[in-house]
Amino acid sequence: MSENRLAVKLPGLDLKNPIIPASGCFGFGQEYAKYYDLDKLGSIMIKATTKDARFGNPTPRVAETPSGMLNAIGLQNPGVDVVLSEKLPWLAEHFPALPIIANVAGFSNDEYAYVSKKISKAPNVKAIELNISCPNVDHGNHGLLIGQVPELAYAAVKASVENSDVPVYVKLTPSVADITTVAKAVEEAGATGFTMINTLVGMRFDLKTRKPIIANGTGGMSGPAVFPVALKLIRQVAQSSDLPIIGMGGVDSAEAAIEMMIAGASAIGVGTANFSDPYACPNIIERLPEVMDQYGITDLETLRREVRQ
Amino acid sequence: MNSSCKDKTSVLKEDLLIISQREIAPRIFEMKLSGEMVLDMAPGQFLHLRVPDPSKLLRRPISICQIDKVNKVATIVYRVERAGTTILSQLKAGDRVDTMGPQGNSFDLSVISAGQTALLIGGGIGVPPLVETAKQLAAKGIKVVSVLGFATKDAVILEEELSAYGKVYVTTDDGSYGIKGYVSTVVDDLVEKQSFDAIYSCGAPGMLKYVDKKFENHPHAYLSMESRMACGMGACYACVVHLRNAKEAANKRVCEDGPVFETGQIIL
Repeated sequence: MSENRLAVKLPGLDLKNPIIPASGCFGFGQEYAKYYDLDKLGSIMIKATTKDARFGNPTPRVAETPSGMLNAIGLQNPGVDVVLSEKLPWLAEHFPALPIIANVAGFSNDEYAYVSKKISKAPNVKAIELNISCPNVDHGNHGLLIGQVPELAYAAVKASVENSDVPVYVKLTPSVADITTVAKAVEEAGATGFTMINTLVGMRFDLKTRKPIIANGTGGMSGPAVFPVALKLIRQVAQSSDLPIIGMGGVDSAEAAIEMMIAGASAIGVGTANFSDPYACPNIIERLPEVMDQYGITDLETLRREVRQ
Repeated sequence: MNSSCKDKTSVLKEDLLIISQREIAPRIFEMKLSGEMVLDMAPGQFLHLRVPDPSKLLRRPISICQIDKVNKVATIVYRVERAGTTILSQLKAGDRVDTMGPQGNSFDLSVISAGQTALLIGGGIGVPPLVETAKQLAAKGIKVVSVLGFATKDAVILEEELSAYGKVYVTTDDGSYGIKGYVSTVVDDLVEKQSFDAIYSCGAPGMLKYVDKKFENHPHAYLSMESRMACGMGACYACVVHLRNAKEAANKRVCEDGPVFETGQIIL
């Protein structure tokens, strides 16, 4: 492990490199396995999983924006039982050494608890990414996301942590007045770390119909356009908490990944870049040593520790 | 890695070489592309083209119009909508275009045999995939009848290409060319007089709805769908459709499970 310059160590996650496809952009890995060996990846953040199967939102669900995109998939997934009986076993069979981070979504604390409990028992699930910040579904909180209200975030995280057998990393939304307040509530509820940022929220309109392009009206905005927003918020949380951060938001190159680690991230989620180039993640991993050499970085574990001191 | 993950040895992404590009109708372009990927192509599949501009993150799914495996050249025909397709339309012979493909399933031509008759129904920018379909059907000795619908005379494309393989009826919404009306005007009339052994269609949602209803119980009737996509390879669930007579969460992905579906299967 010490020989590997790219290795990073987070609670529950011994990663051979810090690059992790972000949840929602990579399904359950099966489609990308046609393109490359998934064992090249540090980990995979699988598609958000809920108690029951969900179709999600009506289509169109995506639209392009300058250096970005909007999506409003709406947590489509086959439900935790199918994920446990089909999706995770497929990954375990084909990539037995690959640690999986399971994204858990829900509409009540009971659901967060139920799904966390079940999915954390899968042998290849090494951590949970608790999704309290999907902007594309209604949580019945007068339009507010759980992750926008510290008290609600606290309760959801507590429900998950108390039922999970693996560390719980909590996905933070950028759409808050003060992200450190939510981060503090999440930490107090027993979270192991943060993943951030979830998407911003935006709209595009069709000139012919004069209606939003996305059927849901609004969609979560991602891609390089949000990269500086992610860096700012990661830095802010890194300075207010000691918990590790898996950073994400517009990373599309090895340089961007290193920059996000300098901001305070210990590992990096790559989302939208997978759509532009299905080989985005292995390409970033391959180029990391070159960029590290260029900027005098001997190994990422040292960088990670130095940044958070 | 287990070998079953690597069973597809084909080229999945390639910088295809542009052989030629020309505007065949106002805002409608024909691009000829060369590469190894062409050897894997089948009628009904699509290419997922990256716009050569770093601010354009999403690829453009464009159907394959013609396939020349001998010369490894594929033809696509697409309409310029906004900035992304404008950039594609400005590429010249000798440029390369980053392409994923061929993506999705294809029209099943095995359901029909020599001496039988196929009906091809296309609308607007949905007509291109019917050209290769007609070519391959005709090569099998199948009689091909095509019904093509366009908004107006200026938008009429590929009539001559399809005429090489059989009778072509053209309709325009405004009557400025061919028969005034929609494809249904002609199709309703044709099916009164004769039966077709297979139906292949591609076009706008309204046209597909008509075809789906008209040929709901036909054993070999197919629709090719268009959809906004992100990954184009089944991972992101942007382009899903609901299934008929199935649970609410049941779905198919247009990019990976389609773009071709049998009539009566999906909710349009």
